[in-house]
Amino acid sequence: MTNSEISSINQNGTHMSEQENAKPSSLSDVAANRAEKKVAGTAPLGTGLEARGVHAWFDKHHALEDVSLDFSAGTVTALIGPSGCGKSTFIRTLNRMHEFIPNTSMAGQVLLDGKDIYEPGIDVTKIRLQIGMVFQKPNPFPSMTIGENVLSGLKLAQLKVSNHEELLEECLTRAGLWTEVKDRLGAHAGGLSGGQQQRLCIARALAVKPKVLLMDEPCSALDPGSTLRIEETISQLSKSMTIVIVTHNMQQAARVSDYTAFFLSDGGPGQMIEMGPTNEIFSRPRDQRTENYVTGRFG
Amino acid sequence: MQSTVKPIRPWAASPRDRALTATSVALSVLASFLVVAVTPMKGKLAYAFVFFIAWLVIDSVLVIRKSGMKGVRDGLAAKITLLGGALVMMAVASILWSVISRGIKGINLAFVTENMRQASLFDPIGKGGILHAIFGTVLLIVIAIIFSVPMGILTALYLTEIKGRAAGLIQFLVQAMSGVPSVVAGLFIYAAIILNTPLRASSFLGGLALTILMVPTVTRTAQEVLNLVPRDLREAGLAMGATQWKTVALVVIPAARSGLITATILGVARIAGETAPLLFTVGTFDSYNFNPVKGENTAIPIIVWRALNGGSPESVQRAWSAILVLLIVVLALFIAARALGTKAMKK
Repeated sequence: MTNSEISSINQNGTHMSEQENAKPSSLSDVAANRAEKKVAGTAPLGTGLEARGVHAWFDKHHALEDVSLDFSAGTVTALIGPSGCGKSTFIRTLNRMHEFIPNTSMAGQVLLDGKDIYEPGIDVTKIRLQIGMVFQKPNPFPSMTIGENVLSGLKLAQLKVSNHEELLEECLTRAGLWTEVKDRLGAHAGGLSGGQQQRLCIARALAVKPKVLLMDEPCSALDPGSTLRIEETISQLSKSMTIVIVTHNMQQAARVSDYTAFFLSDGGPGQMIEMGPTNEIFSRPRDQRTENYVTGRFG
Repeated sequence: MQSTVKPIRPWAASPRDRALTATSVALSVLASFLVVAVTPMKGKLAYAFVFFIAWLVIDSVLVIRKSGMKGVRDGLAAKITLLGGALVMMAVASILWSVISRGIKGINLAFVTENMRQASLFDPIGKGGILHAIFGTVLLIVIAIIFSVPMGILTALYLTEIKGRAAGLIQFLVQAMSGVPSVVAGLFIYAAIILNTPLRASSFLGGLALTILMVPTVTRTAQEVLNLVPRDLREAGLAMGATQWKTVALVVIPAARSGLITATILGVARIAGETAPLLFTVGTFDSYNFNPVKGENTAIPIIVWRALNGGSPESVQRAWSAILVLLIVVLALFIAARALGTKAMKK
């Protein structure tokens, strides 16, 4: 890939689509296969999402220590690590959901397109509008139909959209759910299966057109079939937005991400141990602890 | 091919189990007759008491061979629970029974279609009615709902969603208010408004007195149902760039809707039968008064109070019949609220 291609990726926040034909055999092969499509390198300052020295506390408990990570526009970054290492806490600091839990605090900066989202006076609802989130447990709104769920963001965030039907179909299609629900948009969302509910939540998050989508273990409650559908959805979405995904499934990290960051807590606050292109993290990690984790020696 | 397997319920009681239960009940009945016959104990209560004790013992003996001490403990706990339930149900049934059996005698067409303008409480049954008091009660309840439901739900939202600085104080006040004797609510309105402003006793002031009693009930129930809404849903709303207000209005309240209707119903149940707060605030009137802010009015509990104080057989009969009508009015309001709630749900 040439430099001009790199810059075009970074400027547009999109990728070239390439066919993925080879059957992967190992984790690093899978990752390497993906990496060919994208470019390894440092994130350009001023675009995408950048975390600068982020700490997080719950009351007095120091949960996360000094994490700096760049998520360049149009990439998929996986956060891996054992339970309790601060991945979910970190992802929640990225769209200011962390402060929603009482008695929490944080330190550091999170820059969206170069602007600190924690700056005093910033409109936090605007931030969350640009940085969407999909949660671990599917949480469609129980009082709304499938269609209303997808479009709920318009009402919630008070956005004006001229063509509701078009947006509805677009979001559901991008979330890979359209063909399954197009005949029952007026049905209650509770009647969908867990995997469908989760894709509905993705469609709902897409309807407000976020620049960044944060996914906190989106597949942990799902069967392999639904997981596959959601992974396909992530690959589709990564063409037009920045995605950060927390996952416990290393196969999944290898399949969907361009970059991987490994988090670990040695009893104290969680730290980011190592971050790099996914194929490097899985084939030749620089840190011994990363190697131990990705090869399954612990965690 | 049709399956030939017959569906069975291996967990259900077998014929042998049922026979054992029947035996122990029969033996206990027998024992109760025997004991009452040979001891000085007398009356229905004695039969019930002996039966229960005998049943505990006999059933335990029969069960011990099959299930051991575990079965005995299970049986004891189940029977004591059953006894507790039966006692409560008996109290409720006995109240209902006395109201229905005594009230029904005074119910006739005139009683629910006429007022007391041309009749007195001491006239023979069949003359005059309490339709004006039914209207009065409904009017008072509607006024109380108009004030206390928004106030109660907003207070609950402050306590569960905003959790502002005054939350602790307000929580304390709500708890303290729910312990206010109802006559004090009436006296408060009397002292604060009737003595100090040109306003005189009216349905409006009665509704205000009832509001004082209803707000804490609505608030506490609403608070509990709002706390049941999963935090996930709130976070989903906020994560889409909604303000807290939008999240509450479009996600939290719809999710808690049926519970909020229950809160309203419980609030109405709290105030529908109140007499004391109305004595100084509504006054009394023998005909229809549809003007909520002008002129005295009446309500079914006031009629009941006055009729019971009347003392004559006709008067007391009117009191019982009025209580029955009050029960029916409140039941009708509950059914209407539930129907509205489920209709809104389906829509």
